Amino acid sequence: MLNYILKRIATGIITVYFIATATFVAMHLVPGDPLASAKAMRPEIRANLEKKYGLDKPLLSQYGVFLGNMLKGDFGISYSEKNRSVNDIIRSHFPISAVLGLLSLFFATLGGVLFGAIAAIRRGKITDRASMFFVILGISVPSFVFAAIAQYLVVKLNHTAGMTVLPVAGWGTFSHMLLPAVVLGIGSLALQTRLMRSSMLEVVHQDYIRTAKAKGLSPLRIFLFHQLRNAILPTVTILGPAIASITTGGFVVESIFAIPGLGRYFVQAFQQFDYTVIMGLTVFYGAFLVGMVLLVDLVYGIIDPRITIAKRNI
Amino acid sequence: MIITDPTGAKKLDSSMSQNILNPQDFTLVIHTGPKQEIARPSLSYWQDAWIRLKANKQALISLIIICLLLLFTLIGPLVWRVDPAEQILSRISESPSLTHSAIVLPPLKPFVAEVIPTIEAAPQADGAILPAPTNLEWLDKPSVQSVRMRWTPVNGAAGYLIYRSLEKPRGGFWGLPVGTVTSGNIVSFEDTFNLKPETIYYSVLAQNGATSTHAITREITLTPGIALNEARVLQPNTQPGDKIDYPLRPFGTDYLGRDLLARLMSGARVSLFIGLFAPFISILIGIIIGGLAGFFGGATDQWLMRFSDFVLGLPFLLFMILFRVALGKGAGESGITPMLIAWVALAWPGAARLTRGQILQLREAEFVQAARIMGAKPFYLLIRHLLPNTFGVILVSLTFAIPGAIFTEAFLSFIGMGVAPPTASWGSMCNDGIQTFLTYPHEFLTPALFISIAVLAFNLLGDGLRDALDPKLRSTP
Repeated sequence: MLNYILKRIATGIITVYFIATATFVAMHLVPGDPLASAKAMRPEIRANLEKKYGLDKPLLSQYGVFLGNMLKGDFGISYSEKNRSVNDIIRSHFPISAVLGLLSLFFATLGGVLFGAIAAIRRGKITDRASMFFVILGISVPSFVFAAIAQYLVVKLNHTAGMTVLPVAGWGTFSHMLLPAVVLGIGSLALQTRLMRSSMLEVVHQDYIRTAKAKGLSPLRIFLFHQLRNAILPTVTILGPAIASITTGGFVVESIFAIPGLGRYFVQAFQQFDYTVIMGLTVFYGAFLVGMVLLVDLVYGIIDPRITIAKRNI
Repeated sequence: MIITDPTGAKKLDSSMSQNILNPQDFTLVIHTGPKQEIARPSLSYWQDAWIRLKANKQALISLIIICLLLLFTLIGPLVWRVDPAEQILSRISESPSLTHSAIVLPPLKPFVAEVIPTIEAAPQADGAILPAPTNLEWLDKPSVQSVRMRWTPVNGAAGYLIYRSLEKPRGGFWGLPVGTVTSGNIVSFEDTFNLKPETIYYSVLAQNGATSTHAITREITLTPGIALNEARVLQPNTQPGDKIDYPLRPFGTDYLGRDLLARLMSGARVSLFIGLFAPFISILIGIIIGGLAGFFGGATDQWLMRFSDFVLGLPFLLFMILFRVALGKGAGESGITPMLIAWVALAWPGAARLTRGQILQLREAEFVQAARIMGAKPFYLLIRHLLPNTFGVILVSLTFAIPGAIFTEAFLSFIGMGVAPPTASWGSMCNDGIQTFLTYPHEFLTPALFISIAVLAFNLLGDGLRDALDPKLRSTP
């Protein structure tokens, strides 16, 4: 077990290192340099700036400086937002994205587990068919379409009601978070529902369920402690990819709902070729995602002993 | 008595009832037909799969939809010969409709607001809530170019507010303020905003320091009209009052006055090209790498698989964006090639893993061992036995990769990291359309609908193919 954890952590670290290197290389493949976009400046100022950012050094030593700074947790200063460090951007905007992501993840998991379980238990009935239809819809319709339609409907609703039932954009209160979180979670919700349904279907016909029924346990108790508990495991595996899709999906939802999260900065940085912000945010996001997937896998190994044994043998 | 022949049984029964056994009952029955008959025609793997697929209604409908989409993409532009880049500036953001004629409007005469001299222009405000003006009437002939109105003045009003709304005003919501008359004795107004042929509600409120809560509202349905100078571009020598035929725009137009149907067709070419071609190439590379790893095993396998695990571990969309930015240099690039390269570079490990697994499994299969014992060369084994048997699984993973690629293209183009304008793709059309979504939903919804339908169809076909090609993997119904 320990061996496996160490191995996974090592792979994770190598992956993050590769992410950093690839970002660095990719950024230097793009023609022009970060200072070219700035307004015309005198050569001596330019030289000073280059010196400040370490752009005057050869590429390899720039790479060394970049990695060194990264180890210290310093991603440099944004080029387009003067005097603002990338760390500061992350510190002030990541929490917003994280809250949104967590809320939508919570929504997706809760809804997925519930809908999937109910669909499996009422298999073939109208509830099952309806939930499978929504699963297909959730998988096939991009999140930006949901976002736009949700916004449109809420605008109409607010108009009909003659007051703001739900805010359609902005950030601040819980009601601001509700709509974007639901929209962001729909894709994952659909996947969770499908997964939960199929794993629940397997559990429903197990012998121990029959035993439980024979013992005379109430259906609710069987559902909660025997069926749900055994079927819920696979939903944990999907959490890793779900976190990834929710984080990257956040770019779109954040810009549609005008949420001051990190995702908007990420897209903005690419559009403005803000080198340090691109590099900093890519490495940060990459490390975050790799770490999350790793964490989920480890947790999965701990809560399901069968998985651990299987993995150790590989 | 042992009876084996069912046809004999009946005879026996009848004879038993008579209790008489004839010598004929003991004659030898001679079989004339074949000893063993195969009831069903022998089917190859693919024929069998096709039968199973045909039985799956969802998958079959999806297949038809995909064929229709391909027809739309390939044959569509030959039938619908409208240049997707052609702009008609008088037809910006037009809703989908089949009507395509308009009345040529006479040139606008200058508008002179009517002043009633007997009324005080700015009476003293006394704080009383003013009543609504009465009798709102249209002057001249209202058209999409200009709506002119007049109302009877309100005593004590220092001015009037004019609102326009697309819905019947209620609850104190009058719509968009389109004008203010700052004098109580001016009782007419002209709204000359670029109007659409639709039903509009105008409301007029009197104001007197404070705005009145009472308004007069009247609706008007405008008929399609075209300005004389614009009509003469389409058809010279047109006179005001003539009817002129526009080119048909069944899906409406976008915010630059371009035909949405033609744009959807050219966008489909880009979206489906990326959606089909990118997975195809990446799976081809995956097959080669996975095949090599599985076939040679040992150190090759170790290295190739560690590398593919590693690429698989990278955050996919982050790297798509990164590669897209790094590879797509220079202005005027459509952004299609960088996206293809990025997709291929990141998406091959899935197919490689799958192929490797299949090859490893098949290598030990009895029929392969039999072939090996009979002296088959490795190359023959690979071509004749291993690859054809992995083909089903590969095909399924290809159909599942297609919706993923369409989705990724749409996502990236939507955030402006994919196909660059003016090249149309469904994703970039959504990006254009979302700007005006609240007012003209069709510009966003049509490409979004196409994306959703394509993704849906490929997903369902993938499900069906998986069930048809590998009944063992059949998902629980």
